[in-house]
Amino acid sequence: MKGVVKDFVNGLWNENPTFRLVVGMCPTLAVTTNATNGVAMGLAAAFVLVGSNAMISAMRNFISPKIRMPAFVVVIASFVTIVGMVMKAFLPELDRALGIFIPLIVVNCIIMARAEAFASKQPVANSIADGLGMGLGFTLALVILGSIREILGNGSIFGINLFGASYEPALLLIMPPGAFMALGLLIGLINYLTRKPKDNAEKEGSH
Amino acid sequence: MDAGRLFYIVVSGILVNNFIMSRFLGICPFLGVSKRVETALSMGIAVTFVMGMASVVTYVVQYALLEPLGLEYLQTIAYILVIATLVQFVEMVIQKTSPTLYQALGIYLPLITTNCAVLGVTLLNMQYQYNLLESLVNGIAGALGFTLAIVLFAAIREQMDFAPIPESMKGFPIALVSAGLMSLAFLGFQGLVK
Repeated sequence: MKGVVKDFVNGLWNENPTFRLVVGMCPTLAVTTNATNGVAMGLAAAFVLVGSNAMISAMRNFISPKIRMPAFVVVIASFVTIVGMVMKAFLPELDRALGIFIPLIVVNCIIMARAEAFASKQPVANSIADGLGMGLGFTLALVILGSIREILGNGSIFGINLFGASYEPALLLIMPPGAFMALGLLIGLINYLTRKPKDNAEKEGSH
Repeated sequence: MDAGRLFYIVVSGILVNNFIMSRFLGICPFLGVSKRVETALSMGIAVTFVMGMASVVTYVVQYALLEPLGLEYLQTIAYILVIATLVQFVEMVIQKTSPTLYQALGIYLPLITTNCAVLGVTLLNMQYQYNLLESLVNGIAGALGFTLAIVLFAAIREQMDFAPIPESMKGFPIALVSAGLMSLAFLGFQGLVK
């Protein structure tokens, strides 16, 4: 039981997919023009992560290592198709806002990476915990980035106006350059705040 | 066949709606393989090949297989399998013809499968209802835009090796901020075509 909790917390912060591992950048940058989109994208990815992690972990003894990649891809793509259909049916507005980034969850590196590095080796309960932790960690990162961009770039949060009509929003934050810069500065800030005197060697080379 | 429309797709794909700078597709290889100009260029060429091929093959799959059979909901699954197969094929070709290039691309070659730009372009082709030729042109133009961005960015990053960068900004943070400045420049192309 303790291991399950540890796997869950691990994804939430220690190995947060966005701030620590720096993977899954495309949706992170593309959909975080406001906080609501961030929540929706994060939860959609979290659902796929939990589902695919559980499924792949349950089948880990039957999948031959040689064909594991195509097998993983089919499992992940099936869950993405489910999410896409549900969103089209019940949340058409969010579906339009997120556009092709919903089907593109298939190629989100986080999901494949967790399938390969965790779910294909661990029991089902731990894999679900890992998927949930990673998924919510991803959601957390998207909401933080989305909130920053929405507050500065639009003067609102979750669609609620904050500063009144006199506030002139910094439109740049909503536009593509703002996405790159806001995320870069945010990761820099987190590195600065959490650095340990000894271990400040930058981890690099993950994709 | 309207030449003006094809020209529009080319300009839009390379400059105005650049895959990396304004659509945010293919960020992973953009940040991962952009440390040296030569590697970035070979990555760009491999991606161009895959994206062009994928545009054509998925078009055929969509209109010859999925639609007549009423299986449109399998789109995502079918496309990703097509792309995975294509990448495997390209990998084998490069391994046979140029072992040095194969070494240089290393892990990033199989990763083209999970390059969102490839799946992204095929989905966009269907969304805009491009015909076969337009799909092909869009795939290649998008990939050239990708190549342009990644090669320019690699040149910037080579210079960055000599710059004094604060410890906590090293690596990804400074790369993202520089990408933001580059994206600002690409914003200048907005409004070039309507």
